[in-house]
Amino acid sequence: MLTENGILYSALAILLLPLTSYVLTFFFGKKLPRKGDFIGVTLMGIAWILSWRIFWTFWKISDPTYRMEASFRWLDLGGFHIDAGILVDGMTSVMLMVVTTVSFFVHLYSTGYMHGDRRYERFFAFLGFFTFSMMGIILSNNVFFLYVFWELVGLASYLLIGFFFHKDSAANANKKAFLTNRVGDWGFWLGILAFFTATGTLNYFELFAHVEAGTIKGTLLTFAGLGLFMGCMGKSAQMPLHIWLPDAMEGPTPVSALIHAATMVAAGVYMVARLFPLFGPTALLVVCYVGAITAFIAATIALVKTDFKRVLAFSTLSQLGYMVMSLGAGDSVNAMFHLTTHAMFKGLLFLTAGSVIHAVHSQEITDMGGLRKKMPITFVTYMIGTLALSGVPFLSGFYSKDGILGSTLAMGMINGHYLPFILGILAAVLTPFYMFRLTFVSFFGEPKDKERYDHAHESPWSMTVPLIVLAVLSIFVSGFNTADKGWFSKYAAPYDVPAISAEFNLDEPAVLHELATMEENLEEAGEAHGEMGLHDEHSHSDEHEVVGHEEPAHGGEGTVEHDAHEALHHIYHTAHIRAMIMSIIMVILGIGGAWWVYFLHKIDPSRFQARLHGVYTVLQGQYFFDELYAATIYRFTLWWANVCAAFDRIVVDGIVNGTAYLTRGAAFISGSIDRYVVDGAVNGVASVLQGFGEVFRRVQTGRVQTYLVYVSASVLVLVLIYNVL
Amino acid sequence: MSVGLPHFLTVSAFLFSLGLFAVMHRRNAVGILMGVELMLNAANINFVAFSRYVQHGIDGQIMTAFVIVLAAAEAAVALAIVLAMYRNFGTPNADTIDSLKR
Repeated sequence: MLTENGILYSALAILLLPLTSYVLTFFFGKKLPRKGDFIGVTLMGIAWILSWRIFWTFWKISDPTYRMEASFRWLDLGGFHIDAGILVDGMTSVMLMVVTTVSFFVHLYSTGYMHGDRRYERFFAFLGFFTFSMMGIILSNNVFFLYVFWELVGLASYLLIGFFFHKDSAANANKKAFLTNRVGDWGFWLGILAFFTATGTLNYFELFAHVEAGTIKGTLLTFAGLGLFMGCMGKSAQMPLHIWLPDAMEGPTPVSALIHAATMVAAGVYMVARLFPLFGPTALLVVCYVGAITAFIAATIALVKTDFKRVLAFSTLSQLGYMVMSLGAGDSVNAMFHLTTHAMFKGLLFLTAGSVIHAVHSQEITDMGGLRKKMPITFVTYMIGTLALSGVPFLSGFYSKDGILGSTLAMGMINGHYLPFILGILAAVLTPFYMFRLTFVSFFGEPKDKERYDHAHESPWSMTVPLIVLAVLSIFVSGFNTADKGWFSKYAAPYDVPAISAEFNLDEPAVLHELATMEENLEEAGEAHGEMGLHDEHSHSDEHEVVGHEEPAHGGEGTVEHDAHEALHHIYHTAHIRAMIMSIIMVILGIGGAWWVYFLHKIDPSRFQARLHGVYTVLQGQYFFDELYAATIYRFTLWWANVCAAFDRIVVDGIVNGTAYLTRGAAFISGSIDRYVVDGAVNGVASVLQGFGEVFRRVQTGRVQTYLVYVSASVLVLVLIYNVL
Repeated sequence: MSVGLPHFLTVSAFLFSLGLFAVMHRRNAVGILMGVELMLNAANINFVAFSRYVQHGIDGQIMTAFVIVLAAAEAAVALAIVLAMYRNFGTPNADTIDSLKR
């Protein structure tokens, strides 16, 4: 249990420890023993312990709205100033715990995985740099520094994707990731500017107060929110901007686990959850649809991919889509919950992928098979991750995914937008299917490549220990409970989210209808709640009492609001039950299907490929997003570049060259004047003087007698003059 | 017709002109020296004549004695110059020596 200052200093230390690791490893790594990898591992270990202490403190505090801030004036330009500051609350402490845990174990894992790499120390430096930037995103208390660190993680991602830059594919992938993120960040920055222009502040809670007070509202609020969401779309790889994430798998596998599965790609989700009150209802609806479409489309692509890491990458896309869908449905708590559980099991899955790749030196699942005998630890931990991701009951993924599906269904029941839920539930059947396809093809069956199989071996302890720890966390991180009732309710609901979504939805016909049925069947409804048994009746009624007490003067209004809230909660509970039942069915269907096809080989998947050739081509081609962009945006960009080049060549160069010609003409005239007039004058004077000289030099004979003649003549002349005058 | 001042002055002027002509015209440096002597003596005649007919004293004759002494000294110096000139330039002719031009 830390004091308030203790929390702030620990948070600061967590921010600066990875930076220290980066600086030390970057500048001195080559000279240190073991190339300085112990620095990164040790410092991250300390940060990990510190963040668990903060986490534990917030456990004790048990108040999701409790927060502390410390900031200082960073830039002061008269009326315009920007503060830099730290915000620590429950949501922050969860993210700190998640990121330091994954980061620490990835550091440890990398000492085994990257062993012997030529730029080993550089890898650890970049990992430290990334972790520092990520901590900045988590701890920042204003959108400006959020953006700054946002860009820094983008840079870290760029550096690490292109770590094997000597491969063209890696060099192209990191360019693609960076540029795609630029598109999203452009919108993000516009969104920040819109909020700043309208409210004049960058601090989170001041912004929230302004939104609540209505300083920024209506269309501007919607579009500013969508601008912020574009940042999320870039970083969290949502549908139109998702194309970089599969290619980012060119990076080393620990990087894929840390950045492109567990932490950085979740930053977009964290950002939206953190800035949740800034999103208007229309913006949230867009968010929801984008997330749902991403979740579904990515899951379908994962069905046909044969690259181990790419399957996981599309799975990550799909799960990020879930989180974003949940945000859009107004449920940021479950989004954060899924972020937490997903970070554990997807980080784990990528690390097992690394372990497998390390063993067989191939990423193609067609080269694997039967590996479970060769790599028992990897196999067991991989299975735990897969089950958690598939949403098998009592593993962490189950609770978070059901929370999301339930909220989405509730949204559908309230405002009639059922499509996100349908796409989500379809993705929920595809997820176990593609994950178990991966499992059966690579770990079961006969080895397909005998030579690779014979050389395969279990990884060293530095790689298996992180696997075991993350596997344990994948099981236990949910606490065997849903987000609103388990430990997570102590952390990630700082903004009283149900109230926010209730405000948007109070006048929806479904709510009014529910209200009417509730009034009719008041007693029956109460019984129904009781039968469901999973709902904590007391906490809700307490909450409502508080709401009621707050406004005793407006008795009538308070009751209507109170009832509407209760109606909403009722809808939510119904939806969650339905979603849970459906998703359990979907998991069974998915795993059963994969078992049928890929384990028992009852159906040959190649027959499907042949029959549904068109569909297969589309999926294998990833819906041809890259080709679409190549045909539209790239071509447009090239065309526009050509136009600009032509403009440059004709107009700009024309002006420059014209000026040059004019200058040359003027210079010619000026030169002529110089040559003929000025030089002429000078030379003329010289010639005249020379002429005189020519004449007078004859006088100077040098003979004394001649001079005497002159003297005599002169005297004579003087005498004559004297006499005449 | 008695001999008066104008006659002396005429002789003197004639003599001076001869000397001047010699100085201007003679190529040989010794000839030039001789011309100078003539001009000095023309001046001497003037001194004596003016002293006899105008001033009625002996100032002119004294000045003439000075001039004769000076002429002797001048001749010595001038001949030395002519000798040095001959040694340096290899010629006694004044008109070939025009190094003043340079």
